[in-house]
This record gives sequence, structure tokens and C-alpha cells, in this order.
Amino acid sequence: MTQSLTGGTLHPDRDVVVRAAPKPYWNPYLIGALLGLVLLATYVVTGRGLGATAGFAAVTSWIAGLLSPEHVLANPVHAKYWNDGTPLASWTLFLLIGAFVGALLSGFLGHRLQFAVERGPQVTDGQRLALAFIGGFVAAYGAKIAKGCTSGQALTGGSMLNVGSLVFMVAVFAAAYGLAYGLRKEWL
Amino acid sequence: MLPLSSSVEFTLGAELAIALALGVGFGFCLERAGFGSARKLTAVFYLYDMAVVKVMFTAIVTTMVGLFALSAIGVLDLGELYLEPTNLAAQGLGGLVFGAGFIIGGYCPGTAIAAMATGRKDGMAFALGMLAGVYAYAEFTPGIDAWIKAGAQGEMTLPSVTGLSMGWFALAFIAFLLFAGWGMKQLEGRFEHLRPDVSSR
Repeated sequence: MTQSLTGGTLHPDRDVVVRAAPKPYWNPYLIGALLGLVLLATYVVTGRGLGATAGFAAVTSWIAGLLSPEHVLANPVHAKYWNDGTPLASWTLFLLIGAFVGALLSGFLGHRLQFAVERGPQVTDGQRLALAFIGGFVAAYGAKIAKGCTSGQALTGGSMLNVGSLVFMVAVFAAAYGLAYGLRKEWL
Repeated sequence: MLPLSSSVEFTLGAELAIALALGVGFGFCLERAGFGSARKLTAVFYLYDMAVVKVMFTAIVTTMVGLFALSAIGVLDLGELYLEPTNLAAQGLGGLVFGAGFIIGGYCPGTAIAAMATGRKDGMAFALGMLAGVYAYAEFTPGIDAWIKAGAQGEMTLPSVTGLSMGWFALAFIAFLLFAGWGMKQLEGRFEHLRPDVSSR
């Protein structure tokens, strides 16, 4: 909560606010429409939709290349993102860098920048960080198998009524709802 | 005729600048929706806050209507848009694995970036896990890629499978969204007691 330095009743436009309270998130339907327009613009300009996982793959291909460029070329998965020796000049990676900046801007304007670990009250920070790492690992595998994630399959493919993308979306929610009860201590 | 990419040859610099600009809009929307927060994201699985479904569904419908309208008035060639080939087995299995990762980790790849940008250390841990997972996939199971390719069923969309126009599906999705919007409101009311105390965040 906000507090005035002097205590007592807070007058936002007169008292000094120590730490501004986070502003509420925007209406989900409004934000959904805006996100849809970003995706539409992406389609109209580039001929393809959004993605995220390929940006991570570009980074891993680059890391593998630091260790051994020959190994990258010999491995079909790394090689796909090698981009003739400039894996970091990846469209999706730049999209993610932009997304980082956009989220930082939005968080700053909404007073939501804060170093924190998000978790329910029944797990420790350490447990939560370990689960986040494991979840990232598992999600990466799923995204590689499905050739896309929430951005590349669900949003991008879904809006084109791509059958495989719709199946992906149903499977994502089915698995997550199926595990929700077992994982409730992490979140509730 | 759109998409622009079919008539204009972008330089690499221009392409990356476009990616950066679109990314800013993408990340801004994700954070503004609350998707830089793992608890806001996973709330959808405990039914007290359905924002994830509302945002995703509205975004999909908005884009779908936009694509349909632009192609109906003849300025956009839908055939020029890239479509990921369908492979029901891979996308079903991948989706199940991905969904498990989503609720264990609390994020998906894009939202982990938004979480990192706003200081969430668990978002950083998720992103590192992603890098490790993508690396492991390439090192230990590159054969899965060949399996996916072998099973590809080509481009398959609901309009191409059913023969119905995209416009009808757009209408149906709008109708469903209105109905689902009402239903989600009921759900949120019913499971409101699961919402964590704001002060415990």
C-alpha cells in the first residue's frame, strides 16, 4: 500500500508517496484486441505471425557455436538456427528483445517493476525457482515437438484456423488443468 | 497487395528493425495484460481469474476478423501467409508436454520475457530452463525432428477441411466468445475464494 511520509491520511496530489502502488492491469478484452492488432500487423507486414521459441533456439545455436562451430553444422537442430554463422541475427530473437523493452516500458508506467519471486505462500523461493527452471525445460521440449508455443501455435496458427494449432491449444489446456490440482501448493 | 513481404524485399536491417518494433508492441500487451506475473497466468487453471483465456481468445478473434476482412476486400492474399503444416500427433503430444511445463513453470516462452523485464527472478529461471531444454533437444533427441517431418499432413485449416469460408468461423468464434465471456464471469465468481490475498504476493 502507499504510505505518506508524515503518516495519517494520504493525499495523492499533496503528500510525497514513498512507493507508488502498482496500477491495475488493463481490461483483458481490450488488451486481447490490441494484441490481436499486433499479430495482424505482423501478418500483414511479414507474411508470418509471432513466435518466441525460435529466439531461444537462436541463442542455444550461438552458444553451441562458441564451443564448436563444426559440432553445430553436424547437428541438424543446431544447424537450422545457425544462419550462416550469425545465429543472433534472428527475426524471432529481435522480436523477443523488443518484447523485453515493451514489457519493461509497460511495467515502468504501471509501477510494476519489482525484483521478486512469484509463488504461493506454501513453497519457498528456492523451490519455486527450481520448479520454474524445470517448467521451462519441459515447456521447451513441448514447444520443440509441436514446433511452436503459445505465440507461434496458439495465437498465430489459431487465428488462421490452423487445425494443428487448435489441437495444440486444446492439449495445452488439457494437460495444465489435469495437473492443476496436484500443483496447487505452488500457486494457491 | 499484402502481405508487404510478398512485394517488398526487406534488407536484413529492416527486417530486424520491424521485429524489434513489433516486439515492443507484443511485450507491452503481455505485461499490460498481467502476463508478466506467474500467479496471474496460472490463475486461469484455478478458475478465479480467466484473463489468459479472455486475452488469447480476443486476440485470436481480432486477428481472424482482420485477416478475413482484408482478404475479402482484396488487399490481402491469405495464400501468401505462412502456415505451419499440421501434424496432429506431434502437435497433440507437444501440446500436452508444453501444458505441463506451463503450469509447473508458471510461464510460457513469451511471457517469461515479460516477467524477466519486470524483475521476476522466476521468469529468469524459466527462461534459463527453456535454453537448457532447447539445447538438450538438439543434443540428445534430434531424431524427433525427422519423426515430425515424416508425419506432416500438409497445410490444414478449418476452412480448407470443411469447405466453409473463414468468415463463418469468425462469426462463430465471436458468438462463442460472447457466450464464453458470460460463462467465465460465472466461474470467476464461483472460485473467487481461491484468489490469493494481494498482500501475500
